[in-house]
Amino acid sequence: MITSDEDLAQAAAGGDGQAFALLLERCYDRLFGLCFRLTGSRAEAEDLTQDICAALPAKLASYRRQSKVTTWLYRVAVNAAHDRRRRAASHARAADGWGDWELSRQAEIADTRAQVDWLTAAMATLSDDQRDTLALIMDDISHAQAGEILGVCEGTVSWRLSEARKHLRAMKQDEDEGA
Amino acid sequence: MTDRNDDLDDLRAAMDAATPAPDAARRAADIALARENFAALQGSRDDARQTPVTEGSSLWTGVKTMLTKLTTKGGLTVTTAIVACGFLVLTPQGRDLVNLPSGQPEVSEFGGTLAADPAVKVAQPAPGATDLAIDEGALMPSPAILAEREEVPIETLTQSPAVPLDEQTQIRLRSVAEPVTGIADMAPAAPLGSVAGQIERDFDGYVDDAITTPEPDTESFAAAETNPLRITAETPVSTFSIDVDTASYSVLRSSLMRGQLPPPDSIRIEELINYFPYDYAAPAPGEAPFRPTINVFETPWNGDTQLVQIAIQGMMPALEDRPALNLVFLIDTSGSMNDAAKLPLLKQSFRLMLDQLRPQDEIAIVAYAGSAGQVLAPTPASDRATILAALNALAAGGGTNGQGGLEQAYATAATMSEQGEVSRVILATDGDFNVGLSDPRGLERYIADQRDSGTYLSVLGFGRGNLDDEIMQTLAQNGNGTAAYIDTLSEAQKVLVDNLTGALFPIANDVKIQVEFNPAMVAEYRLIGYETRALRREDFNNDAVDAGELGAGHTVTAIYEITPVGSPAQLSDPLRYQPTPAAGDSQELGFLRLRYKEPGATESQLIQTPFSTSTATGEAQFAAAIAGFGQLLQGGAYLGDWSYTDAIALANANRGDDPFGYRTQAVQLMRLAASLSRN
Repeated sequence: MITSDEDLAQAAAGGDGQAFALLLERCYDRLFGLCFRLTGSRAEAEDLTQDICAALPAKLASYRRQSKVTTWLYRVAVNAAHDRRRRAASHARAADGWGDWELSRQAEIADTRAQVDWLTAAMATLSDDQRDTLALIMDDISHAQAGEILGVCEGTVSWRLSEARKHLRAMKQDEDEGA
Repeated sequence: MTDRNDDLDDLRAAMDAATPAPDAARRAADIALARENFAALQGSRDDARQTPVTEGSSLWTGVKTMLTKLTTKGGLTVTTAIVACGFLVLTPQGRDLVNLPSGQPEVSEFGGTLAADPAVKVAQPAPGATDLAIDEGALMPSPAILAEREEVPIETLTQSPAVPLDEQTQIRLRSVAEPVTGIADMAPAAPLGSVAGQIERDFDGYVDDAITTPEPDTESFAAAETNPLRITAETPVSTFSIDVDTASYSVLRSSLMRGQLPPPDSIRIEELINYFPYDYAAPAPGEAPFRPTINVFETPWNGDTQLVQIAIQGMMPALEDRPALNLVFLIDTSGSMNDAAKLPLLKQSFRLMLDQLRPQDEIAIVAYAGSAGQVLAPTPASDRATILAALNALAAGGGTNGQGGLEQAYATAATMSEQGEVSRVILATDGDFNVGLSDPRGLERYIADQRDSGTYLSVLGFGRGNLDDEIMQTLAQNGNGTAAYIDTLSEAQKVLVDNLTGALFPIANDVKIQVEFNPAMVAEYRLIGYETRALRREDFNNDAVDAGELGAGHTVTAIYEITPVGSPAQLSDPLRYQPTPAAGDSQELGFLRLRYKEPGATESQLIQTPFSTSTATGEAQFAAAIAGFGQLLQGGAYLGDWSYTDAIALANANRGDDPFGYRTQAVQLMRLAASLSRN
């Protein structure tokens, strides 16, 4: 009665173009959201999403029924983000992205500025690994699945998160003391 | 399983607010690009099957190495054999193939297949290949490629005896050859391509993007801790709001029908109980709009405790007395609604409902996908042709813009509303509120404001997969409406035809229940269900605090399990240093207070009555069976060894009249759950 994402992906892997289009239609918004979280800039996220969309048909061959489509797709996205970062002399650019995005955003939303500033600063100071992990966790992905997507064990995910959290807490404390 | 750490919540909220919506044009362009690439790839896959693989320089290096070192037929045979064995032993496909029944085909067929068409490996038998040992030139590249992949040292191979395959290997090869060529003959190209692709990856040890454990889907449920046992001496008062939603039961049914036990978080026992119509005593004309009935009887799952069943029966106004109705259908037409169980079912459901409306009722339709838009201007319900045409023209596509749609729907409802009419927005969605609405609390406020201005909201959920139960609940509770989940046309019939009057015409607003137990009679008590509806004690008398609505003809049932003083079932020990409650001469178990507002009124009215032990009716027993069933699905911490079998027996014995077959269906679901829980 209900066609699951998995059925669609399998049909698409078998050459069903309609199933592929439908699947992409369903997943696109979430994918874009994740790309944004991974890159921190709208322009970067758009480019990354485009890259992923262009490569997705070929990647589809690697989809296996045992895994959820979202897990598979997120893994593709995270890998694509890594490639992109590597190509673009990663960290500086990613951190800049958050800055650019902030500049354009400032004019728009004056009242949420304090929080956005904090978010920008917070994301930019994290390491790539921590940022990826955080991006997934904030997309309501469990530690275990984030581990699978990133290709590390669950403990590593939890550790990275606790490090990121420690880092953010320290930042907040600094702010509070500074204020 | 979702991690919700408090200190990440700030960041999550900030991130949600910061994440922009994808640009519609880019979105369309990206999807078009992907489709183009997809189509292009379909062609090339077929082509690839005809030509040898060119997968990178390392393979050709391997070929050259082999050409220089491997010369004898025997070596060739053995490498092929080893590769074939590797294929059989090292890959899941190979192992499956070994286990398939086999005929007696030529070994050479298999060799030919592998050799002449390495790009696809098992997809097609090579037309020209006859015997493994004959055509060295033709066969040369393939074993080399494969041999290198298996990392077999070629020097070793050339030293091994130049004899035909040993017997065991031959048998294995035979068993492989038949199914493989059989598949190639019968199946169309595309699936074979994917099989081949998979095998290829296994040879590579290529595991990118491949994850083996299943991930839970994106459904989320409003998880609340089960109500704990309360000690009457410490907290004698229990306060909650009524709940006439039924979504939890439909989710349960849809899960069981798919052969899965529902997630424990999805079970809200009050919604299971209130799914069924009960035959309680109706209020006499001129009385309050509803009438409470209280039954106290022995607990089915514990002989030493009792159940207190509080039943409320709403009055049913005559059809002609109902006020005119303004309905705004707010229909989610995002891409995710493109599913037989979603938009098409929705259209059918609304068609059923249309027959129930009267000529003075008005209907408008607002669709939301990408940009919200009014699809049907306010139209009298008698103009069926216009309404049906607008409904049929709806098509799924684009992202979801939940909030934009809601604003427009409320604006439309405001233009339709006249004195003495009932206005209601009916939101139909698959729960995919992914644009502009990531913060349920902000939306909650918005809907609450609209409710106070007189427009109610009901939510109909369609389809499974990304149903966000929590948002549905939040929206309906704050909109003075009901949340129902529609999984089949018969459920649509129940919600939109049989119970339409109750769902659309409120007879009492903000109905709150407060029970005070007598500590001299009741040692402990436990409210079964209503976790998401708990109110603070002081909220009972505060008319500003919102609570559930009672529709025309609705019945609401709440059940407490109480442990009488002195019962062996008492779980807590009496305290040594606290005065024991005075026995008193009252035989009352407790005192029930109900507050409600007449529709449109701002001041609440109070109904109160004491209650004591009485006898059970069949209706009460059936409700108890459903309560027990729900607790079994949640884990049944308080049920002892009471099982599905007992629930089935109890429900069967108290099925009563059951004109629509709802209770019969419940028994079927219990039986399904019983079978599934054994696995």
